[in-house]
Amino acid sequence: MISNSDTPVIRIDHLDQLWFQVAGTRCNLECNHCFISCSPKNKSFGFLTLEFVEGHLQQAGELGVKEFYFTGGEPFLNPEMVDILITTLALGPATVLTNATVLQDDWLTRLSIAASASRYSLEFRVSIDGFDAETNDPIRGVGTFDRAIRGVQKLVKHGFLPIITAVQTWSDEDNLNVIQQFTKTLKSIGYDRPRIKILPTLQMGAEENRTHGYTQADRLTNDMMVGFDHSQLICHNSRIVTDRGVHVCPILIETPDSLLSDNIADSLVPFEMSHGACVTCYRYGAICSNPSNQFKETHIQKSNETV
Amino acid sequence: MPPRYQRIACLGGLYSNYLALESALSDIRARGVDQIFCLGDMGAFGPFPDRVFPLLHEHNVVCIQGNYDDSIGNALDDCQCGYTDPRDNYFAQISYDYTLENTSTENREFLNELPQQIQIQIGDLNVLLCHGSPRRVNEFLWQSTTSDAFLQRLFDENQCDAIIGTHTGIKWHRQISNQHFVNAGVLGRPENDGNTNVWYTIIESHESNLNVQFIPVAYDFRRLSREMKSEKLPDEFCETIETGWWTTCLEVLPQKERVAGIH
Repeated sequence: MISNSDTPVIRIDHLDQLWFQVAGTRCNLECNHCFISCSPKNKSFGFLTLEFVEGHLQQAGELGVKEFYFTGGEPFLNPEMVDILITTLALGPATVLTNATVLQDDWLTRLSIAASASRYSLEFRVSIDGFDAETNDPIRGVGTFDRAIRGVQKLVKHGFLPIITAVQTWSDEDNLNVIQQFTKTLKSIGYDRPRIKILPTLQMGAEENRTHGYTQADRLTNDMMVGFDHSQLICHNSRIVTDRGVHVCPILIETPDSLLSDNIADSLVPFEMSHGACVTCYRYGAICSNPSNQFKETHIQKSNETV
Repeated sequence: MPPRYQRIACLGGLYSNYLALESALSDIRARGVDQIFCLGDMGAFGPFPDRVFPLLHEHNVVCIQGNYDDSIGNALDDCQCGYTDPRDNYFAQISYDYTLENTSTENREFLNELPQQIQIQIGDLNVLLCHGSPRRVNEFLWQSTTSDAFLQRLFDENQCDAIIGTHTGIKWHRQISNQHFVNAGVLGRPENDGNTNVWYTIIESHESNLNVQFIPVAYDFRRLSREMKSEKLPDEFCETIETGWWTTCLEVLPQKERVAGIH
């Protein structure tokens, strides 16, 4: 953290999204770009129980929350994950971020029934970082592409339209080609109207070793915030619950100053945007929300012509 | 005190669909209401954007400003629709450039002067008319991603019994105790259900509560599509008019609303 008088402070407008670090830092995979270095052995953050989540759903409802998000680690390593989602769907829309490699048909049957009965959407976001094993597996691990694709097929079979998220580990010039290849791959396995969201890398955690970390120059200043739409930043409208308390955003949970309180109401306080990752959010905007992100203007026409 | 009505009609986004507007106004006159409101987004998508304005004036429609109207009125660079996907934005920009080029100065000034919200009473209930949401003109409030808790907060913050908006293009209504959120739908294009009709909404006071009725509007959609083609608007837009299925602006749809369509 680098803090000085020129560090902009953001005030939360309203708790629109409440996130849960529902699997802590536990993941069955060990991706080499993971911004919080999740792995099978990383227990620095623990699982959240259904009872714990229910208490926070209630707190958030009293604050007028709009949507709920669940992340990890791999959320479906949490043995109560299906029940947590079903409970949540009674109160509001739910999105779960998964690698889709451990999904079981009986879980998806239960979730499909619950989603149909709910007035709210259940969204799956599936992380796949390349359009084939050759491009995905070096990042996410040997065999993970095939396993994730089988997970996507299961989701589609159960009536879901998962949002495929890929962290951009290629150059901007290759964006169009990568999206085309993703679309082709997904259609070939029976997902005929794929939703694809490209995410920027966050230069922290494992990614810091794969490429590089943020530099001293990667910091927001007050001048940069003039005329900027603060609602593009997740800290403007969200908080995340871990087993340690309530943090400012899902990206910064490992930084000490991100822990704001042990309850949601008291976590709605101003936050100094003093981290390198804050610059990534600033540049790309809405990286944690479900709709796909904007590319540079030059890509727009091309993408329509050919995707 | 805000003006008080017993029975009103609310028109959502017109998107330059003057043929649907003609049909809706004729239907409303036959049914009878105290006042007609339009919740904004007069232009976009369809042909000949200036043609909706004489109809609005002739029928004394009270209008509020949508994000599109703010953009056209101020000749901004884009429509401020709130899309985030490149393909959605590509088509939105074609539509916006056409609409801006074909909207008269007089009508642009009209759009520029519209209020963004209007407070009224229907019976004894306080009702807020807006475009997207009371807090943001281009906020998408979808039925499947808007919790009761959030709506309750909007009612409390705005001290109202009902909020009526549009913007998403798909109608819905939720009653929480005696309070209501209504998305009035749009006249501009069908709502992604395979039917070519469009929708408006009649809201009336009923025993200290509100009665909300969504009204389907049939119109000469083939003529609209022909005229869109003559104006060289995208084939994808014409397909939506002719089939009732959305072909663009899809990536912003949540799971439930997206799975209801075919694209």
